[in-house]
Formats: sequence, C-alpha cells, structure tokens
Amino acid sequence: MENRNNFEPKIVAFFCNWCTYTAADLAGVSRLKHAPNVRIIRVMCSGRVDPQFVLDAFAKGADGVLIGGCHPGDCHYIEGNYKALRRSELLKRMLKEFGIEEDRFRLEWISASEGEKVRVVVNDMTEKIRKLGPLALNKKFVEWDKEMDELEHAINQNMEVQHA
Amino acid sequence: MFETKPNNEIRIGFYVCHCGHNIADTVDVKEVAKYVATLPGVIISREYKYMCSDPGQELIQNDIKEHNLNRIVVASCSPLLHEHTFRNATEKGGLNPFYFHMVNIRENVSWVHEDKKEATIKAMDLARAAIKRVFFHKKLETKKVDIHPDVLIVGGGIAGIHAALTLANAGKKVYLVEREPTIGGHMAKFDKTFPTLDCAACILTPKMSAVKNHPNITLWTYSEVTKVEGFVGNYKATIERKPRYINEDLCVGCIACIDECVYKEGKYPDEFNMGLSKRKPIYIPFPQATPQVVVIDPETCIYLKTGKCKKTCVEACDRNAVVLDQKPEIKEINIGTIIIATGYQFFDPSRITYYGYGKYQNVYTGLEIERLVNASGPTGGEVIMRDGRRPKSIGIIHCVGSRDVNTHLWCSRLCCMYAVKLAHLLKEHTGAEVYNFYIDMRTAGKGYEEFYDKVLKEGVHFIRGRVAEVTDWASTKDEEGKLIMRVEDTLIGVVRRVPVDMVVLICGVEPKEDAQDVRRIFNISCSTEGFFMERHPKLAPVDTFTDGIFIAGACQGPKDIPDSVAQAGAAAAQCMALIDCGSVELEPNTAYIVEEECSGCKSCIQLCPYTAISFNDEKKKAYINEALCKGCGTCVASCPSGSIRQNLFENEEIFSEIEGLLSPAFEYTKEN
Repeated sequence: MENRNNFEPKIVAFFCNWCTYTAADLAGVSRLKHAPNVRIIRVMCSGRVDPQFVLDAFAKGADGVLIGGCHPGDCHYIEGNYKALRRSELLKRMLKEFGIEEDRFRLEWISASEGEKVRVVVNDMTEKIRKLGPLALNKKFVEWDKEMDELEHAINQNMEVQHA
Repeated sequence: MFETKPNNEIRIGFYVCHCGHNIADTVDVKEVAKYVATLPGVIISREYKYMCSDPGQELIQNDIKEHNLNRIVVASCSPLLHEHTFRNATEKGGLNPFYFHMVNIRENVSWVHEDKKEATIKAMDLARAAIKRVFFHKKLETKKVDIHPDVLIVGGGIAGIHAALTLANAGKKVYLVEREPTIGGHMAKFDKTFPTLDCAACILTPKMSAVKNHPNITLWTYSEVTKVEGFVGNYKATIERKPRYINEDLCVGCIACIDECVYKEGKYPDEFNMGLSKRKPIYIPFPQATPQVVVIDPETCIYLKTGKCKKTCVEACDRNAVVLDQKPEIKEINIGTIIIATGYQFFDPSRITYYGYGKYQNVYTGLEIERLVNASGPTGGEVIMRDGRRPKSIGIIHCVGSRDVNTHLWCSRLCCMYAVKLAHLLKEHTGAEVYNFYIDMRTAGKGYEEFYDKVLKEGVHFIRGRVAEVTDWASTKDEEGKLIMRVEDTLIGVVRRVPVDMVVLICGVEPKEDAQDVRRIFNISCSTEGFFMERHPKLAPVDTFTDGIFIAGACQGPKDIPDSVAQAGAAAAQCMALIDCGSVELEPNTAYIVEEECSGCKSCIQLCPYTAISFNDEKKKAYINEALCKGCGTCVASCPSGSIRQNLFENEEIFSEIEGLLSPAFEYTKEN
C-alpha cells in the first residue's frame, strides 16, 4: 500500500456546463489556488451523470468522485439537478455496500458565481480523502478475483471428495 | 463494456498552448507535448505560444492537410472561451468540426495551481483523457434554426429605452415591458446629469415619447414577465399586465378623475418624489410619465380595498376609461431575442445606523436631494428641509454602502460624480457651505475630472475621511440644533467634528432586490455580488451564457448614463446580428434512441422537461423529437437498457475520458 503521507488522492469530477464548470472557470480567472487533485469532465447537466460513470471511475482507480450542478431551482434544464440528486441518494447506499466511504462521493451545488466554493469543496474533499487513504478498488478487484478463484477451487475439491 | 470500433485509422493532432506566460509558467508545456506524442493515435504533437492566434489556427489547418489528421485536440483555455475558435479552424482544415476536443489547462490548471510538477501531471492526465475520447468522436451536423425577428426588452429605464429605439429604428419589432406604471427608470427622477449639467428630463423625455409613438414598439408598462420558454431565436414569453383599473386605450391623461377623487388632497407617499410629497390613490407618477395614463393604487384606493366609495372618479371620466373591475391580463408573445435591462437599486442607508437615516429628519439620501432640487419636485426646486428650515451648511457622505466590508465591497463607480453634482446643485440652490467626505475621489470619465475641478473652485469643501458617526449630541454651543459629523480628516491627521444642518448620504448601487428571481425566469447567472453575469467580462460584456439573451445597463453592474446607453446599443446590435443573419446554428448535442435496443419501458418519457420524448404505440418504442431536445442528457443517464445516446457526450466518450484520466500517470520527474 502507498505511504499515506505521500498519498495524493485522485478525484474525478463531473461538472455541469452552466453552473459548476463556469464556477471552476471563475475560480481560474480569480486565481483561486486549490489542490491539484481534481480532474474535471464537463457534461451539459448534472442530470447527464450516469451512476455508471461514478462506479466506473471508482473501479478504474479514482479515490473520490465529485458531481457539481446548479443549485436547486437554477438548473439550466429546469430540473436535471433534481434527477442527479435522486440518483446520488440511491448511489450512496450502493457505494456503502461496496465498502466505499461516504466522503469519497459528493454531490455539490455550485453556481456560476461561486468560484470560491469550488476552491473550498475541492480542498475539503481532497483533505478528507487524503485522511481516508487510497481506495484502490482496481487492486481490490484482483484480490477479490483471487478469493473467488480460491473459493471455487475449494468447492470443486470438496465436490470431488464427495463424488469419490 | 462499450465497444465501438472505429472504422478508419485514427490520426490525432495535439496542440498545447503556452498562452504567453499564462499556461507555460505553471505547466511544462514542452514535456506535455513530448508525452502526448507517445500516446497511441497521436501523429503530431506540438506546443505553440498562442494557439488561438491566426498562425496557431493555421498550424492546425496545415497539419490536417499535410499529415492527413482526422482528430484534433487542443490543450489551452476553457472551451467556454475558445472551443468555437478551434472548431472553426478544424473545419477550415477540411474536417468535421466535431472531430475536435478541447482540454482546459488554463482555468482548470495553470491559474489555480502553483506546483509546476503537479500542474504538469494534471495537464498530461487531462490531455490523455481527451486523446482517448476523440477516438469515439463522430461526424455531426449542426442544426440550423430560424431567428424570430421580434425582440423583448425587459425594463424601461434609459438602457431599455435606448435599446428599444435602436432596434425599432432599424425596423425590428420590439416589446418593451416595464414593471412601473411609467418608463423612465431612475433617470427620470434625476434633476441634472453630470458632467454637462443638462437636465435629465430634457434629454430623457423626448426618448420616452419616441418609444410611446414608435410604430415598431409595443409598450407594456405596469407589466411583468412571468415565464420564458424556448431557446435562441424561438423564445416564448408570458407577460402579466397588472390591472391599473384604467382602460389604457381610452385614457388621455386629462386627470379629471384625479381631481374628482374623494380624497381632496394627496394622502399617501409619492414614490416618484421619494415620499417627500403626497399623492392620491389615483395618480399619474409625474407630469411627463409615459404613457400618460392614470393608475389606481389598489393598496390605497378605498373602493378597491373596501368596495365602498362614491366612485367619483368613474363619473368624472367622460370617456369611461375608469374600470374598477379590471383583471390582470396575460399576454403570450413569440420573440427571437431578449434584452434584460432591469437596472439597479440604491443601497438602503438605514442599514448603517450610525449615519442616522430615518432617525434624524434632516438626513437625506442622494435620490431625495435629486427630487428636492428639481423644479417639478415636491418643493418646486427650493431646498426646504423636513423641519421647514433652509440649510446653511450641508455635509455629503460618500461611499454609503460601497467599499465597506460590512455592506458591499465594490465601488459603485458613479457616486463620486453624483456627489459632486449634488454638491454643486445644493450650493447653487442654497448658497450653503457644502462639505464632501470621501475615501478616494474617483472621477474617471470624459469631462469628469474637469467637473470635479470646477466644483472645487466653486468653494465646495472636500474632506478626506470616512465619517464615523452623525449625531445630534452637541458638545459646544455652536453645535446645538445641528447634526454633528465626526470624522478623521486623514489629510491633516486630525479628528474633526463638523456641525451641519443637513446630511446627504451618497448611497451605493446594488443589485435589484429580486434580481435572483429575474435571473431564474430568464435562465441566466448572477456574479458573486448579485449583478447579472456577462458571458465574458471583456469580450462579451452584454452576452449571457444563454444564447439570445443579452443584458444592458446597471443590472450587469454599477453604470452611469453614458455607459448604460453604450451597453444598450451594444445589446441591440447583438440582437440585430442574430436577426439579420436569420438563423443560428445550435450545438448538436441532442439525444437519440437506438431503436433496436429500446425496451419500451417508458421510463425516459416523464423525465424530459421539454416533452421531447414520445412513445410510438405501434412500434412500442420511445422516440425523441430532435427539435425539442435541448441536450441535457438526463434521459440518457437514466435509460435502463442504455438505448438512449447523446451526441457529443456519448457514453463511450465519457467512459474513455474517465479511463484516460485514471490511467497510470506519466512519471514526471523534472523538478520545478
């Protein structure tokens, strides 16, 4: 496992074009320095974020996933952000079942004027995940596959014994 | 999970921009270009000082031809700024513009990070994601939509008026919607305008009547926009015309009804005169109000409140224009473009208790003084204070609610000048000693500094210091009966007490109280302080992020009259550019259904806020009407069978972006 002190979390963010992506641009224009751990993927609306994107990001090695959308009532597409909220609530329960800590997944409402909030959220999330340490789900998959193989092997052997 | 094997060989051209020092100082662009060159599919990888410049764009065009490229990735600034530029360059090079993808390494990287190593790694990650993404890009055609030639202008202040006249004179049909019973806005209340001192009414009222009489302008006062639907070129607005209890077509403004009202004298504060005079429940806001139509205030009219009155106003009108049972009227209009010019409000000085507004009767706001010195104002232009006296000494406090951590941080920009103007007018009207208390004098503008100089020479005193308190607590005999202004004169380093008869608070400019509600109706954004947000602070100052909606005047930020007029002209020109072009190309980011994969579960149908999805009962499949789809992608994310796709944001594209971001990072060891 990586040394926790040197651990730099990798966070994948999905920002909606109209509010949060614009806010991130504003943070840039305002030169609001923040942690370099977040990589932004632009989508038109937070409603476009398929839960599979989040799961896929975790599976491929992300330590955290952040979704940014417009504040309730402000969605450029009327209510896409509510759909994102609904899905994220369900997704949170599912992530818990996977053993993925709550702080690793976050949905934030950040309006186009809230460049400062981008900075605060990114820093806060990075800090929290830094404390949690790496998720390394992709490495766990290897372990889990190995366990499954062993289990299968044991069952097969057991069956052979019974047949014999 | 998803496989869409591209048919042809992918040949990517990658370009990383220095943006002068903006990117190159924080991101090691040479290393980024070198690294990206090693990625699969990349044929050419270059770094260049300014990709958005002509030579930068030509670089792309020439490479496409020379190296037979079929995908272009540029790592530079935000796609919100230059995506269009590079798509055009891609198209000029002979490729479909949607084979281009942009990586934001300025706003998202170099401007927000300091560590060169971290920034460079992040830039490489983002570039790698884009390289993986463009493999799945496909040829797309933009959809052209016609622009409805009519324009809606919201707000009838000087900005709205100027924009309306500009468009109407160009032959465009304009709807001008104003919330108040008359157009004119703040400017109509001003006495004279700086720095030329021409009277505000003299230059404004001809424009107001021109609006009323222009055949191309439909003027709806006392009305509000309640709903806006649609998209650039094809907006539909719902406007509520509040009942003014007068038939606007019949009323000629003879005011016989006002004279005959059961109230013989005015009884209620007159909004136009800032409450310094009284009006009846039935009134015309001011003599040059446009339209010249009476209005009845339902809050104060006895009949409308209690249903019991002799209704003398109804009898007085020989044209039967008084309609006491008038109902709100709803208008629906189709327009192609919208200009929002809803203006500003002045800071409420009662929030700063130590200046005594509302506590001491002789403390006034700047706007009250405008009315007080105006010939058609409550005192006929004579400066008579609330206690009936004429002031012999006047203190003017600048920056009330501006440049103050406790209220508003920003400089309201026009206050220094209007304070100087009021100082001049008050001196002229009263001959009193006038003291201005300022933090800094900001008189930038044509003829402004000269005007300040002129007023200085007239003998107006300027004391540099923020007033700590206005009090009536006299400490000497001279101070008795006066308002004492306690201030540190920072130029001589002495704390002073300046006794005056009258105090004028130069209130700052702030966003309108309901700016947030208006923003929601029009689907635009506000900046941090609450003014409407422009698309780009320098290069698109009247555009918003919503295409076809423009902003003009002080709703975008504090602005004086010349600036508001200039911006209104710019907004009108932007509308005309769209109208005269006749059509606009829409981003082809619509969703579509892969029919063979649709299970007909109908779960997408109720998700669409635009009712773009319908169900074909014969085929048992959902169908998306492309003309109605706005491209949010909500249905795409929720289709259980994955049969809905979105152009430009295909699942494969996003999955490959995720994969690209999370692939093992390049071992970048070069120290800062």
